[in-house]
Amino acid sequence: MSDLHANSVAFVRTETIPESPPPGVASGPIKWMRENLFATPANTLLTLVAIYMIYLILAPTMPWILNGVWNANSLSECREILNGKSGACFAVLSERWPQLLFGFKYPAEYYWRPTLAFVLLFAAVAPVLFFDLPRKLLVMTALYPFIAFWLIWGGTILVPILALVGCGVGYAVYQRFVASNFAAGFFGGIAAAFIVWSLGGAMIPEGASEAAMLQPVPSRDLGGFMLNMMLGVTCVSLSIPIGIALALGRQSSMPIIKWICVVFIEFIRGVPLITLLFVASVMLSYFFPPDSSVDLFLRVVIMITMFSAAYIAEVIRGGLAALPKGQYEAADSLGLDYAQAMRLIILPQALKISIPGIVNVAVGLFKDTTLVSVISMFDLVGMIRGPILASTEWNGVYWELLGFAALLFFVVCYGISQYSQWLERRLATDHR
Amino acid sequence: MSEAQMKVSDEIAITIENMNKWYGTFHVLRDINLTVNRGERIVICGPSGSGKSTLIRCINALEEHQQGSIEVDGTLLSSDLKNIDKIRSEVGMCFQHFNLFPHLTILENCTLAPIWVRKTPKKEAEEIAMHFLEKVKIPDQAGKYPGQLSGGQQQRVAIARSLCMKPRIMLFDEPTSALDPEMIKEVLDTMIELAEEGMTMLCVTHEMGFARQVANRVIFMDQGQIVEQNEPEAFFNNPQSERTQLFLSQILGH
Ligand SMILES: Nc1ncnc2c1ncn2[C@@H]1O[C@H](COP(=O)(O)OP(=O)(O)OP(=O)(O)O)[C@@H](O)[C@H]1O
Ligand SMILES: [Mg+2]
Repeated sequence: MSDLHANSVAFVRTETIPESPPPGVASGPIKWMRENLFATPANTLLTLVAIYMIYLILAPTMPWILNGVWNANSLSECREILNGKSGACFAVLSERWPQLLFGFKYPAEYYWRPTLAFVLLFAAVAPVLFFDLPRKLLVMTALYPFIAFWLIWGGTILVPILALVGCGVGYAVYQRFVASNFAAGFFGGIAAAFIVWSLGGAMIPEGASEAAMLQPVPSRDLGGFMLNMMLGVTCVSLSIPIGIALALGRQSSMPIIKWICVVFIEFIRGVPLITLLFVASVMLSYFFPPDSSVDLFLRVVIMITMFSAAYIAEVIRGGLAALPKGQYEAADSLGLDYAQAMRLIILPQALKISIPGIVNVAVGLFKDTTLVSVISMFDLVGMIRGPILASTEWNGVYWELLGFAALLFFVVCYGISQYSQWLERRLATDHR
Repeated sequence: MSEAQMKVSDEIAITIENMNKWYGTFHVLRDINLTVNRGERIVICGPSGSGKSTLIRCINALEEHQQGSIEVDGTLLSSDLKNIDKIRSEVGMCFQHFNLFPHLTILENCTLAPIWVRKTPKKEAEEIAMHFLEKVKIPDQAGKYPGQLSGGQQQRVAIARSLCMKPRIMLFDEPTSALDPEMIKEVLDTMIELAEEGMTMLCVTHEMGFARQVANRVIFMDQGQIVEQNEPEAFFNNPQSERTQLFLSQILGH
């Protein structure tokens, strides 16, 4: 006890101090500015410097954007209209709009098909992203891949229906056997699906595609931002479950499974994505039966998915490692089996911890889809670098085109980032 | 507490015979022999590192033993997963650090195992959960998350969560040693109540008052062995072995 400021230490409080409101919390823009922008001389100086920098950037760009020409048929026409003044030639965007979005080979009369698929995408992902929505909506999510496939590629509807039936049969077989043995259910389900697909595939008549309701469009005719979206959405949604499986496999007590996962992850992580894409474009067909010509799109999807699944697996492994051992023990001691413990206790918590990392990988993956332009697929960047900039009309309009591409990617990636922050807040249960 | 309520039946709940366990080359448990009758309340004490936790964790197979046998409720503990799951659903366990599931509400913590392991309908599971939450006197917290509760409340939820599985045996591993003094009592009261209802209990604890009040046997462990066991009165007033005397003088002596 210190006796610093009193002769007697003994003290008894006889009355309670009355509650009082917090000291003045005056608000208003002026007060905010004084506190945050001009609090000290140094602060004021920094504010002024920052304002000057912003001015330096905006002074030339704003007139350039505001003066932009939206209607012209070539760069020289733009220059004529601008007549020496500074200004952007956004006309390239309006004139090549469909090409930027759909590529230069997709039949113009069918643009409505990918557009419809894009609109339906929102309905399909909504119940996954916002789990307060009724669970019944997940039916839409389950059906979406088949609908979107049919809309974009066209051809006979029998193909997506067959794919759907195969998945259904596989799932039924899985359900039937999983209770007794997980491996039996899992591999039995896959085998059943393959049997249905090969039997059904043999039964689809030869010319069915030509006579179909939606004209078939081959994969090599896909392009533009549509291709980026398709690759991004497919690969993200495939690589998250595969990443989870790899992360769990890496923790497995069964040495074979563990080593397969470790080797896969380490190998894929150690190879540049570009290399994998070149492998996809020229070599991967060696791994498939010689007479089956596996679509280039599918090969690229496989490669990007493997690549990001390896990264996601490591992110999730970090989340799993962050969970205290007590969570596993509590789950075990209640009698939950491995699958239940993982699904109900471990993964929800590990995934929550991993959200920032997973989003990081997903955003990176989405941007990396532009790399397919080096294996001569005409995605958004491929379209800009190839057909558009190479054309005589638009040779030299770099800023407008690349700025537009950057903006499109930014909007999507920023959206993903905002969603993940919302999700983290929504899932925060520790201090509410 | 009336004698009739505290009656121990002749039926055997747990038999452990010549059980040995090693961590690597370290011999943690040596020749453990223990028989627990139904309704018996056993307190296990001993110095830190003597293997108390390891012993009770072997009983529900959280740890694997390498030699000897453990039989719980007539089911032999072997590496057969079916047996392990069966035993785990019969045996409840409370941990020093509660180990509640932080991403689930209190109610969901309690209904999870009944719904998924016992396949109880959700509605019924919730009724059972509310019943036990009332029993541990926190039904009003059912909608909250574990992070919003005090330590003592969390431990009582953990007890309720185990009880929802209607276990026939409860294991406690130092349930009060992570708690502040004023919360210890509320948890001990819950445990005493449970004992009065005739639950078979094995508690690792250093709460000697609790041992005196509810235990019908106190076991003292040291260096992986059961050194002494006796009824509480005799154990505390007249310890036989030197090590027990030393331990008791240290823990009661201040
Ligand atoms: N996973 C493990 N690997 C290796 N050694 C371990 C492991 N867990 C415990 N031990 C050792 O086994 C011995 C017994 O541990 P145990 O946790 O059973 O002791 P305890 O009696 O519960 O001690 P406390 O009172 O501190 O909880 C200790 O010496 C400990 O260091
Ligand atoms: Mg211990």
